[in-house]
Amino acid sequence: MATNDKQVQKQETRDLQSAERTRWGKVFSPAIDILETKNDLRLYADMPGVDQKSISITVDQGVLTIQGNVDTTPIEGFELDYQEYDVGDYQRTFTLTDTVDQDKISANYKNGVLELILQKAEKTKPKRIEIKAN
Amino acid sequence: MLYRTLDPWRQINDIQREMNRLFDARSWRNRNDYPAVNIWTDTDKVMVTAELPGYDKKDIDISLTGDLLRIHGSRKAPECKEDECFHRQERSHGVFDREIKLPFTIDQTSVEATLENGILSVSLSRAEEDKPKKIEIRSK
Repeated sequence: MATNDKQVQKQETRDLQSAERTRWGKVFSPAIDILETKNDLRLYADMPGVDQKSISITVDQGVLTIQGNVDTTPIEGFELDYQEYDVGDYQRTFTLTDTVDQDKISANYKNGVLELILQKAEKTKPKRIEIKAN
Repeated sequence: MLYRTLDPWRQINDIQREMNRLFDARSWRNRNDYPAVNIWTDTDKVMVTAELPGYDKKDIDISLTGDLLRIHGSRKAPECKEDECFHRQERSHGVFDREIKLPFTIDQTSVEATLENGILSVSLSRAEEDKPKKIEIRSK
């Protein structure tokens, strides 16, 4: 990348905690951008190769988990000759604060990017306070 | 038992590949080459795959000269308006340009590229004139 020198290698995830996964294989932590706007938080995660049906987004006790599975079967009839990137599932968790309304999270997956829109809770939206003139 | 369902050879192959990848990456690959590619081969075919999340078909240009495959394109960062701010920015943005040398000369008409869920796959076939020719031995 010419314009910035962000790490382009995928990172294996470290937040798997102690529970074991039932699916075998590597798990990567997707690179994300988080943008805050007036009304919501927008999260973009690079999850190339994920089958949309396998994506799960859960919120449990203030912890948001995004997860997506990738088909790792080799290409039929071909042999992998040279490998620069590894293939595996994606998983990452975030702690949500009270600023987010946990019932109002919407998601969209397009071109390998998962976009989450987390609406802010009404009470945390900025309010304009009028100054009363005497 | 989970282990019984696993193919041990596949695991050994995976380990071997991982080791090769580690050493290869150190020796002859610039870590900042983007995108990372995997190259799959068959006798007369090559398949180049790359992870390009967030790119639309129109953002990527692919061209071929002899045995050199060039992929270039660009992606924009999510837009940040006046009263908005980034809490985190880990994804890379901007322009990339990468040339990949293929193992043989390619038949220009055979090239096919697909982009699915952020994975680019380019399938190429070996040019007819580049294929090895069997030479008959004439008996006297």
